[in-house]
Amino acid sequence: MRTKYISVLAMVVLAGSALVVAATPPADSSIEGKITYTGTPPKMKPIDMAKEPVCAKQHNPPEDAQNVVTGAGNSLEYVVVYISAGDPGGAPPSQAVKYDQKGCMYIPHVLAMQAGQPLQVLNDDPVAHNIHPLPKSNPEWNKSQPPGTAPIDTKWDKPEFIEVKCNIHPWMHGYFAVLKTSHYAISDANGAFSLKGLPAGKYTVTAWQEKYGTQSQDVTIGAGETKQINFVFKVTPYLY
Amino acid sequence: MRLRTAVVLSVVGLVVVLAVGAAPCFGQIDINIRPATTNMESHIGNVTGHAYGDGQLHPDAGVQSYRRFCVGCHGPLGDGNGENAQWITPEPRDFTAATFKCRSTPTGTLPTDEDLYDNITRGFVTSNMPAWRPLPAQDRANLIAMVKAFSPRWQTEKAGTPITIPAETPASIESILNGRQLFQKMECWKCHGPEGRGDGPSASTLTDSRGYAIRPYDFSTGLRFKCGDSNRDLYRIFMTGLDGSPMPSFADVIKPEEAWDLVHFLRTLQLSLKAPELATFQKYVASHPGQLKPIGPEAPPGTGGK
Repeated sequence: MRTKYISVLAMVVLAGSALVVAATPPADSSIEGKITYTGTPPKMKPIDMAKEPVCAKQHNPPEDAQNVVTGAGNSLEYVVVYISAGDPGGAPPSQAVKYDQKGCMYIPHVLAMQAGQPLQVLNDDPVAHNIHPLPKSNPEWNKSQPPGTAPIDTKWDKPEFIEVKCNIHPWMHGYFAVLKTSHYAISDANGAFSLKGLPAGKYTVTAWQEKYGTQSQDVTIGAGETKQINFVFKVTPYLY
Repeated sequence: MRLRTAVVLSVVGLVVVLAVGAAPCFGQIDINIRPATTNMESHIGNVTGHAYGDGQLHPDAGVQSYRRFCVGCHGPLGDGNGENAQWITPEPRDFTAATFKCRSTPTGTLPTDEDLYDNITRGFVTSNMPAWRPLPAQDRANLIAMVKAFSPRWQTEKAGTPITIPAETPASIESILNGRQLFQKMECWKCHGPEGRGDGPSASTLTDSRGYAIRPYDFSTGLRFKCGDSNRDLYRIFMTGLDGSPMPSFADVIKPEEAWDLVHFLRTLQLSLKAPELATFQKYVASHPGQLKPIGPEAPPGTGGK
């Protein structure tokens, strides 16, 4: 009789603590690392903006193309690192991410956002641009944005990597990384990335580079733990 | 007698051999058309078109006409990779993406059934798409249902709301000159060229969304537009944009009354068309020599060419 009472009590306590854990999982773990390459990277050509003198003036010396941006210690910039499995996603934030057009370049070259999150495209140039995203699963559109006009407010509903271009200035080329998860990072000039505020658990982390595709790793992190993982892309001197 | 028999026999034999050999060519070619797995309808006026997703050949459905008239270019999967596609430029439309140039709806939205119906009825000049006006209306409506069945977008999305086009303003010289300023300010000349000859600084670099080279419209030819020929069609072209091509939508940056000004100016670029707008413009130019600054990079950006 007494043992039965205790076991019932224990079950109630256990269930209660499980509920508490489910309600407030401590999101204090993180995944950090560095993106590097092996092999010979392609030599990016300087962008010739002679056809748009207003923009050419802003880049002295001219900027290189940004398809493959390398740094010290074989690091790779503009690689999107995100949780591709293990994160249920959740509602997108209401705060808009901003994509700027300045000096006939996209800033940043790769912009990550959560699917459904507001996106604002701005034109800070004294010339007109047309913003032409080339999605595969989302609807494709193409809008003109002359100087001094209002920002374009939009969003993407389905996760995918979307190439963006300006047909007026063919060198303008960037990406929207539309992701299911809210945990993502883009590698900086040193190739470093950090995914913070993760609950303990098992995740698949994926790194995406616009020319060299995706790589994934499975990671298990405990509560409050910071795990180091690195991605190494094999690069070729020629782009296909 | 013997010779005659031999001749008759050999002729008969030849005919038999030819008939047997050619039989597979005359038999029905089995093209496995695979549209979406759901049924699709199109509504054009009081005509309803049908496409069925059960793989059966319904006599009243678009698959019959599609097999006969469309599959050669647009392909059994509707992805624009038909047998003839490799020989054609511009490439046949890929229906699976549901991106269409000629729409009455804003950029990024699906066209209405009427838009698609008008498109196949009109055909596309300077392309290999003929006008299908000779087909009965019911057949054309069925084909639209078929076109829609190829893309999953039609099952989850509705067609966009057609843009509203206000009544046309008078094609006065003020309207034409204002349109000319817009042509400079909106930087239309970057692709279409300062004289609208399709030779702007960016013209040679243009590609469509599939990566194939594409040319901006040369106004001086006076050729019909792909998306219709009237002033309202012209208005619609630059306000909706031609999705899948480099031509963007100007709906957010040009006011409706300004849009008519641009329409009137664009008519002056179509030299061989000899529109009334051209006569008005030429009269103005003759009586105001040297007053119009040339359109193009000489003018500081964003200030207009006047």
